Parts: sequence; C-alpha cells; structure tokens
Amino acid sequence: MAGLPSRHRSLFLLAGVVLLQVLLLAVQIRRDSQGRLIRVWTVSAVSPVERSGAWGIGKIRDAWRHYFALSDTARQNEELRRENGQLKLEIMQLQSKSAEADRLAALLNFKQKQAKVPMVVARVIGASADANSAVLYLDQGLNEGIRKNMGVITPEGVVGKVIESFRNTCQVLLVTDRDSGVGAMIAYSRVHGPVGGMGEPLLVMKFVGNDEEVKIGDRIVTSGMDRIFPKDLPVGIITQVKPGGQYKQIRVRPSANVEKLEEVIVLLTTDPLAMKPQDSASGNATTPPNPAAQPVSALTKSKPAEKHP
Amino acid sequence: MNDAFDLRINESHIEVHKFHGGAILLSMIFALLLQAFVPVYLPKTSILDLPLLITIYFGLSRRNPSTGLLLGTVIGLLQDSLSKTPLGLFGIAKTIIGYLASSIGARLDTEHPAARFALTAAFFALHQGIVVLVQKLLLAQPQPWFTMRLLIACIVNPILGVFLYYLLDRFRKS
Repeated sequence: MAGLPSRHRSLFLLAGVVLLQVLLLAVQIRRDSQGRLIRVWTVSAVSPVERSGAWGIGKIRDAWRHYFALSDTARQNEELRRENGQLKLEIMQLQSKSAEADRLAALLNFKQKQAKVPMVVARVIGASADANSAVLYLDQGLNEGIRKNMGVITPEGVVGKVIESFRNTCQVLLVTDRDSGVGAMIAYSRVHGPVGGMGEPLLVMKFVGNDEEVKIGDRIVTSGMDRIFPKDLPVGIITQVKPGGQYKQIRVRPSANVEKLEEVIVLLTTDPLAMKPQDSASGNATTPPNPAAQPVSALTKSKPAEKHP
Repeated sequence: MNDAFDLRINESHIEVHKFHGGAILLSMIFALLLQAFVPVYLPKTSILDLPLLITIYFGLSRRNPSTGLLLGTVIGLLQDSLSKTPLGLFGIAKTIIGYLASSIGARLDTEHPAARFALTAAFFALHQGIVVLVQKLLLAQPQPWFTMRLLIACIVNPILGVFLYYLLDRFRKS
C-alpha cells in the first residue's frame, strides 16, 4: 500500500472496507434453507474449485492409468488371455460333466425304477472303424454278465443289441445299422412290424400293410417278439408314411439319440419293463391315450393279435 | 499547519477544509442521535437521512477519499447498529458515498448551494440504489428501486442538506 499512488491507495482501501462489510453482512445473514450466507458463499466459491480440481485430477489419473502406467499391461493381458482360455476350458469341462451327471442321473433314475430288472450301465468307449456300420463299444462285457443279443437301451428308448461280448467290453449294433432289426409295433393301433436301420439317422418300419391305419406322429414301441427287448420300450416316432406296392413305406425317428450316446443300459433280461409315461418316448400329441404308457401287465391283458412279416 | 490549503488539480484551485477539533465527531453523533430519536416523535422525519448528509458534507469538504470512505464506514456501521438492519448495509452504502464525495469534492467546486443540492440529490439516489441492491443481493429482501417516498426524500434531503451544510460551514477553521 505504501508504494501505491494516493488515488489507488484509496481505491484499495475502499474495496477492502466494502469487502469487509460484505463479509460482515454475510456472517450475520442466515438463509433458512442454506444456513448462514457466509457458508453459502464459501461453499459456492470453493465447490467450483473442488469440482475443477477433482475433474483435473481425474483426468490426470485416467491419463496416467491409460497411457503411462501400461508397462505391465501387455504381460497382464497375456496372463489374462491365458487365464481366460483356462477358464473357458474349465467351463466346457464343467458343462460336459454337468451333462454327464444329468445323463447318469437319468440312467440311475431309470435303473431305480426298474429295480427288479437286471441291467448294467455301461459307458460308450468306442465306435466302429467302418463308416458304413453303426457299431459301438461299451466298457462292460462278460464279467458284468453281458451276453450276445442282449438289448441296449437308454431311458429315451431302444439303442441296439449286443452282437459280441468280450471279458471287459462288448460290441453293440445300433438300430440305425442296415443289419439291425427290432420287433416293434405301433403303440396306438398295435400293428406289428420290424423296425430296422438303413444306414441313416432315420429307421424304417417294414411289413405294414397299406390297409393299416398309420399316422405321422404315431409312437413305435417294442413288441417283445424278438426276444431281445422287453415289450413296450420306446423305439421311435413315425415321421413319414407313404403307400407302397404291398406295404406302407414308414420312416421312423429313433427315440434314443443314437448319434450322441455316452452311457447306455444293457438289459440282462427280456422280462417286460414297467415303463411310465415320462419314461416313454414323447411326441405323439395327436394320438389318443397311449396303451403303451400303461403298465405292462395291463397291456399284456389286452394284447391284440400279433402280425408277423 | 494551515487551516486550509489548495489542492491543484487540472490547473484549478480546490480548497481543502479543516474543521475544529471534535466537530466531525460531534456532528456525526448528533446526526445519529437525531436520526434515531426524532422520528419517534415526528414520524415523517424518518424520510431524512442525516448521517448520509454528514457523510456527504465532510466528504466533499475534506476531499480525501480515504478519510471520506472511513468516515462513511463509521457512520454507516453506527447507523446500522442503531437500526434493525444487519451491520454493513448502510456501512457499505455510506462507505462508497464517502469515497465518491471525497473524490468528486477534490475535482469540483462544491461550495455553491446549487452544486451541493445536485450532488446531494445524486448521492442520495445512489445511496438508496446501493442499499436496495445490497438488500436484494445479500439479504434476499426484494425492495422496489423507485417509490414516491423515495422521490420526495430525494428532494427533501438535498434541500435540508444545503441548509445543514451552511450550518456546518461554521465549524470550519477559517
């Protein structure tokens, strides 16, 4: 102040005195909603600075993190990629195990329901080396009581039959193989006819006369006539019906997913199984109440005359 | 020390006046007492602002901005303390008026009654403007910028000021 001209000195003095009085006013004034005015002013004056400071520090921190502190990022990225790959692999393994657990649970459930029926759960360990034959190898054999011509099923339906049995393994011919055949019948009409493979995903039902009433969606079950499979096991669903020269041309979609088998059941007997509706193959909503869904004992009492090719 | 001396600005001679000891203090106290006391018995006299007239007069006479603004500050704060207004309301207004009066008094001849009337009217209006502004901005008390009462006060106070200034001139050291 001493070095300033008199006119400027008085101006500074004016500004200082007025400012002091403004502050004095601010200290005294109390706004109902915001407290003392001096606090309102202080907050109003400080908050933009704080906001600007926070914004600036945030930008600097972001810049530091995103541009300067990246020395370990490549290594961390690589580690994360590796970890990600491992986690993906673990997830796939867990999903596979989960699916396997579901399948095994279904098998166990099926086996528990058929407690009186001797059966062996076996795991698929191999397939045929011949692309033209639908053959599987199981991890159970003679030691478990598996013999030739025993039926192989899943809870969904018929899979095939054992064509060779060894000490610890056996060979299964799938129903889709050209040489396979299953004694079957249409569940609703009880019309009999063997079901065999054609080397394709679909099966064919043979020797059903043109005069027989056959509808798409009809369920095919085992007839028990082949002395391999118990009666009324699900075989498949009719997907196509055409009149032929003497017999209808009937295509059947297998109930069991024979292309993706991992665990199967080998029936050690041909005694009838008590199939419940949920155990049977589903899909025929158009057909009337299914006799095959009834207990086997009831079915056997009303069994119609069987037809043989 | 001379009782009066010349202030040379722009080649014109402006006389700076000194007053008898205690004249400023007594005038200030007397004005404040009257301002606080008389309206109790004569309510219409509340239109007068004697402390402002004292501030203007001594600012114009002393012609020292620092002294003028400090005198205005003291008078204003005392007036605030005697009223219900927050300390600083009249203080700010009279500080500015004291500064402006001193600054203008150092440049103009303010001895003529007409000049005194005009300057007092202008300062009075400015004083009221500052008061209203502070009330609006700081106190959140909406006040009208112009009223008929203010217009009357803006005429009455300068008239009274001319006579008061003449009376106060008696306290100058010749």
